[in-house]
Amino acid sequence: MSGAYDAIIIGGGLLGSAIGFGLARQGLGCVILDEGDTAYRAARGNFGLVWVQSKGIGKPVYADWTMGSAELWPGFAQELTERTGIDISYYAPGGIEICLSEAEFDERAQKMATLTGHQNGRFSHQMLDRKAMMERLPGLGPDVVGGSFSPHDGHVGPLFLMRAMQRAFVDLDGVIRTDSRVHAIKRDGDGFSVETPGGTVTGGKVVLAAGLGNKALAPMVNLDQPVYPLKGQVLVTERMAPFLDMPTTHARQTGEGTILIGSSQEDVGFDLSSGPEVIKRIADRARRCFPVLSKARIVRTWAALRVMTPDGRPIYDQSETMPGAFAASCHSGVTLAATHAMTFAKYVADGHLGSELDGLSAGRFDV
Amino acid sequence: MFKRLHPETDDEITFDFEGTSISARPGDSVAAALLVANIDTFRETPVRGRPRGPFCMMGACFDCLMVIDGEANQQACQILVSDGIKVARQLGAAKIINDSETDDEL
Amino acid sequence: MSYDLIVIGAGPAGMAAATTASTGGAKVLLLDDQSTPGGQVYRAIETAKDAEAAILGDEYMAGQPIVRAFRAQGIDYVPDAVVWQVSEEREVGYSSGGRAKLISAPWVILATGAIERPFPIPGWTLPGVMMAGAAQTLLKSSGVAAEGAIFAGCGPLLYLVARQYLRAGVNIAAVVDTTPKANRMGALPHLPHALLRWDLLAKGRRWISEIRRSGTPLIQNATALKVIGDKAAQSLVYKTADVDWREIKATHIFLHQGIVPNVNLSMAAGLDHSWDNRQLCWRPLTDAWGCSSVSGIAVAGDGAGIGGGLAAEAGGQIAAIGVLSAVGKLDAQASRDQARRPRAQLAHEHHARPFLDAWFRPASDMRVPNEDTTIICRCEELTLKNIRDTIDIGLAGPNQLKSFCRAGMGPCQGRCCGLTVQELIARETKRPAALVGYYRLRPPIKPLRLEELANLAIDDLEGDDAGQDR
Repeated sequence: MSGAYDAIIIGGGLLGSAIGFGLARQGLGCVILDEGDTAYRAARGNFGLVWVQSKGIGKPVYADWTMGSAELWPGFAQELTERTGIDISYYAPGGIEICLSEAEFDERAQKMATLTGHQNGRFSHQMLDRKAMMERLPGLGPDVVGGSFSPHDGHVGPLFLMRAMQRAFVDLDGVIRTDSRVHAIKRDGDGFSVETPGGTVTGGKVVLAAGLGNKALAPMVNLDQPVYPLKGQVLVTERMAPFLDMPTTHARQTGEGTILIGSSQEDVGFDLSSGPEVIKRIADRARRCFPVLSKARIVRTWAALRVMTPDGRPIYDQSETMPGAFAASCHSGVTLAATHAMTFAKYVADGHLGSELDGLSAGRFDV
Repeated sequence: MFKRLHPETDDEITFDFEGTSISARPGDSVAAALLVANIDTFRETPVRGRPRGPFCMMGACFDCLMVIDGEANQQACQILVSDGIKVARQLGAAKIINDSETDDEL
Repeated sequence: MSYDLIVIGAGPAGMAAATTASTGGAKVLLLDDQSTPGGQVYRAIETAKDAEAAILGDEYMAGQPIVRAFRAQGIDYVPDAVVWQVSEEREVGYSSGGRAKLISAPWVILATGAIERPFPIPGWTLPGVMMAGAAQTLLKSSGVAAEGAIFAGCGPLLYLVARQYLRAGVNIAAVVDTTPKANRMGALPHLPHALLRWDLLAKGRRWISEIRRSGTPLIQNATALKVIGDKAAQSLVYKTADVDWREIKATHIFLHQGIVPNVNLSMAAGLDHSWDNRQLCWRPLTDAWGCSSVSGIAVAGDGAGIGGGLAAEAGGQIAAIGVLSAVGKLDAQASRDQARRPRAQLAHEHHARPFLDAWFRPASDMRVPNEDTTIICRCEELTLKNIRDTIDIGLAGPNQLKSFCRAGMGPCQGRCCGLTVQELIARETKRPAALVGYYRLRPPIKPLRLEELANLAIDDLEGDDAGQDR
């Protein structure tokens, strides 16, 4: 039977913390095994959008999964704050993707139409022309031709979110072990034993939520998680008086007043280069959208390695040969945090993934 | 109170601090000139509205942030005085100045 | 224009490095964030008149030959240049005249010096409270001083500035010395070696006697300090081993407890650093030529380890000689020969260091406060309690702490709180400070405007007319 824990979660980032919290709130005794303080966490490089309007265009199962998470988010945020007293700065005023040319606008409109088609009325949006944009956003630059608005979108402080999920987890008797990079997972009766530098940990179930580390860990439970790193950069300004209350894909103002400027993970066309060209492009686009930000001072940059999959969509799997072993990888750890905690964790507790996730298995890459 | 060791001088620069005219010398940082004019508080903090003034005088601490000629978050210890500049305390977080508006706060 | 060497910082190390390299035939660019050369220790040295020599002292005037030699070389020198990055590939990003530029060279010498150690006491954020180095900067750069101020803390700089004030005819309300008596036992073993510089030790004693003879109250063995005031500093209260809380009224209070390498640029550049438990600071790992763990980047001066102005000069010369050798302008034997004299100077400057470091080691209570309401992170206004509440069992380290409560996320990038937070975590989690680690620092190490980044001239990477004003 199982060993010390009901569930071992490998990885203490956005996925591991959400899934851990979700399992702990169902009464499972859990441990989160985390690598340590200087791990290059995707969780710490996240822009903080809770974003529906760009997800799963061309992949209805992902669009549905994302929408489900957005619908769960308000209750999830409230529960976290009630449990921990931590203000995670979650706001859902809707969100806008800004278009800087007619071509961008037309392409965007088409994508929104596709997404609407996927979701049979569940997804709503508005294409805004320049005049309508100016009513919603302050100080738009002359290059802005319009944009897409979706009422389902919002934003949150990703670091406060992490802190709150981990606080809630620990308050539910969850254990977090740091400096615990996992190097082996083995079958142990009906459960698993997991090797870390600090010793062996045993548990009835194991969930691989180690981000880029999932690639090496997955084969140990006969799974495949073909993830690779994709660098993302975020620029952060000094605190500014309230200026932007609606999040956009390239700039949003946080609860503290800092403005985050970045290349959105939501774009389909990912920028593969790194270095000053990327930063320049990010800065230039933000300035074109909001010329009033020209003199804003960039005080910090984040770089993070996004957990990227071959098609940009999440991978969820359960091991056939080693029941009880699950793996999850995605780059939208913030948007999906609610469904990871509420839905995915329920599937793990029940012992099998729901059929809504069939299309997000790694098997889809075997063609 | 801060005082000048050599009060006599020929070179004088005049600048504006919140409507008051302040005398300074070439080579003074804005911070030094304000201290000599008995101004110790340069800003109020964004989170708690607490008063702050210059602290390290070497550009490391970022406590001497002021609004200079309409631009916020300027380190007063790193900017030399020049004739006619307008200096003001920064009260809270930096305010965005819209090009279409005046130098006044939004 | 392509350079063999970019030097960052125009203090003694930077000036000496640039001068030596240029003399040796290398093409050198020097970037510095101030308007005139000299760094902190020799600030405003070019305009210092003889009258100032009596006030500021011989140690300060020793900077004049260094700056003259630097100017005489006619090196490409860009003042008012704020360097915001040095990458591992030696791409130097800096802002000058409102424009951000990138330039690279086969060699970069970081000579960005030191900053004062944080001194978090209750009330230290009130207007009127400054560091002793700030008092000295105001004195040197603008000839201004605060009447009736208090100097509090420990370390040679505290006495030096107090003495400079007295020589300038400025009254001091008191010097409150927090040097722990308990340090003496630990310092004694280093005394024999320090006596090689008995001249330095004697000079320190003379400074203290001068302060005493002036009638300025000199209070020793202070074990606790607080600044009292509502909207600004009104007084300092202190306790000593012998007396309970006493109050001295003052509207200006200058604090000091030592200086530490300014590691923001060297850490953001990816250099390996190690914790120096004697100096209680991080230092980049450097070899005998100042070379760091990153190929093509060397570090010289106080930024590599605290040693003072003349040690910095020697270190700059040594690093430059190393670069000249690396770019083929000097053979191995010639570089060893040329380095002999600066190495001797460096050794001479370091004889008394272990003794001084031990004698003036700040008390751990002064490095990490005990009162809950004391501000730790000045930028984000976080108190000791705020930070303690975030340190749970299982907290990985300062980076997780930073991400959870924002400590270190303000514009100063941990310059005023990093060491305090590190030692606080060490204390609370009962781990050695060296193992706790430090904030991960990334460029930009100084803020720059969004429009500067948007206008960044990337093709300047192959060379730039950086020496000319655009």
